[in-house]
Amino acid sequence: MFELFVFSIINGLVYGMLLFMLSSGLTLIFSMMGVLNFAHASFYMLGAYAAYQISVYVGFWPALIIAPLIIAFLGALTERYGLRHVHQYGHVAELLFTFGLVYVIDEIVHLIWGRLPVDYRIPPSLDFSLFTLFGASFPAYRGFMLLVSVVMFVVLYLVLTKTRVGMIVRASLSHPDMVRALGHNVPMVFTMVFALGTGLAGLAGVIAGNYFITEPGMAWAMGPIVFVVVVFGGLGSIVGALWASLIIGIIQTAAVAMPYSLADLFAVFGLQLTRDAPLADFWFLELARIAPILPYLLLVLILVFRPRGLMGTRET
Amino acid sequence: MLEVKDLHAYYGKSHILQGVDMHVGKGEIVSLLGRNGVGRSTTCKAIMGLVPPIGSVRYNGVELAGKEPHQIARLGLGYVPEDRQVFPGLTTRQNLELGMKSARSNGRWTIEDAYELFPRLKERADTPAEVLSGGEQQMLSMCRTLMGDPELIIVDEPTEGLAPMIVEQVGRFLLEIAQRGVSILLVEQKLTIALRISQRVYVMGHGKIVFEGTPAELQANAQVRKEWLEV
Ligand SMILES: Nc1ncnc2c1ncn2[C@@H]1O[C@H](COP(=O)(O)OP(=O)(O)OP(=O)(O)O)[C@@H](O)[C@H]1O
Ligand SMILES: [Mg+2]
Repeated sequence: MFELFVFSIINGLVYGMLLFMLSSGLTLIFSMMGVLNFAHASFYMLGAYAAYQISVYVGFWPALIIAPLIIAFLGALTERYGLRHVHQYGHVAELLFTFGLVYVIDEIVHLIWGRLPVDYRIPPSLDFSLFTLFGASFPAYRGFMLLVSVVMFVVLYLVLTKTRVGMIVRASLSHPDMVRALGHNVPMVFTMVFALGTGLAGLAGVIAGNYFITEPGMAWAMGPIVFVVVVFGGLGSIVGALWASLIIGIIQTAAVAMPYSLADLFAVFGLQLTRDAPLADFWFLELARIAPILPYLLLVLILVFRPRGLMGTRET
Repeated sequence: MLEVKDLHAYYGKSHILQGVDMHVGKGEIVSLLGRNGVGRSTTCKAIMGLVPPIGSVRYNGVELAGKEPHQIARLGLGYVPEDRQVFPGLTTRQNLELGMKSARSNGRWTIEDAYELFPRLKERADTPAEVLSGGEQQMLSMCRTLMGDPELIIVDEPTEGLAPMIVEQVGRFLLEIAQRGVSILLVEQKLTIALRISQRVYVMGHGKIVFEGTPAELQANAQVRKEWLEV
């Protein structure tokens, strides 16, 4: 039980920090521009495919740098020539725009890379076991993912709190018009923030695409969970996004590893259920099997009991 | 230096400014008076490009209509909004720093000047701006704009909701910066300060200028005051 706990925490941290890499960008974009970018996870997918393509030619390490930059550039173009233009027609138009973008990116990925997974692999230099704990080995690449996401968090934090650009970004969260009237080019800051957010999503794709699997469905697999994280943490709150990412990351990872069911819980209280009890299938359902719906359950609960999320400032 | 001609502005379909004409000369303090909701703040925002202006706004001969707010600010216009809009989460000092248009300040005003004008701000330098009192926020908002080294500053209702003693301080501050060469367009509802410090006044009613003259002329014109100012 203890080792299960330790492993769930470690793996949950890895997964949670990956979620944070996506949700921090999404929530930053939302809080500055009021746009929920449905295509955010699509940029994550593009990051993975770009890294795959680049690594075919020059290997993983250059791809780690180049792919996120390409995705950030695509993000900047999307904001500058797409969203900014659509902005004048209101938020619904913006939502529809990003929604349309999801399908456009899907089709582009199909056209270029086909419908089957591509062979994007962990670099051999990271393909070893970092340490062994309770007889199970911990892959070095997982440690690398954690390292990259922690470094990214520290950099993001320092940029936002310690630099002038970061101050302009934070000021624009509350009073964008005032920031403009003080002589700062807020539309350009918006473009940069959008680029930063999509670039982070791209980076997440680069480091997760080879750990999981790079295939056309990966945006759809990741998109909903990132939205859950952002809403759970509170729209517009980066600290909230961090906590929500970690909580959801750990809960989901732990649940997957738990071979327990409600029947086991009752047994603890001395109530032995048998297989022919009414609704037995439900009582004997293992936690591991309902793990995928746990985040959505949390979403529903938080919306009912705390609509502004863990740390959000506005109602969702 | 600032010349507004036949300025119109809309919020959606409602036609708020219906042809405003006014001008502010170099070194002048000009007040724009009027009752609630006649469109004074909208005039300020239209000049700054925060509400799309229709008509002509010229500043030192340059047409502002159609420019972005940050471009307008960089031409030398400053704006202090009626709701102060201090940036929460940033300290007093950081708010002042953001008033500078670039990291290396080369304007006439330094943060030390701001602290000298309002010693209260120095005491509150490291306090988050959102916990400052209304008066302190007003001081901060005015000084923040000053950090950008404007030649002309538009101040929207700086005395609203402030205690008489603070109102006096705000009045002295405006006179002080005017003496150091900043032109001022002051929006007010109360006449006390406005009549005392300005060279000329405009009275606005229903999206148009209905009176222009010196404070003395307004004092003498009971009919304008009764129809457009008194409640
Ligand atoms: N964002 C907005 N959307 C729609 N209508 C607005 C908006 N802002 C102001 N108005 C309307 O425009 C008119 C003029 O508003 P404005 O703020 O310019 O008035 P004002 O003269 O500054 O008065 P006060 O500051 O005392 O309220 C008012 O009728 C107001 O209701
Ligand atoms: Mg007003």
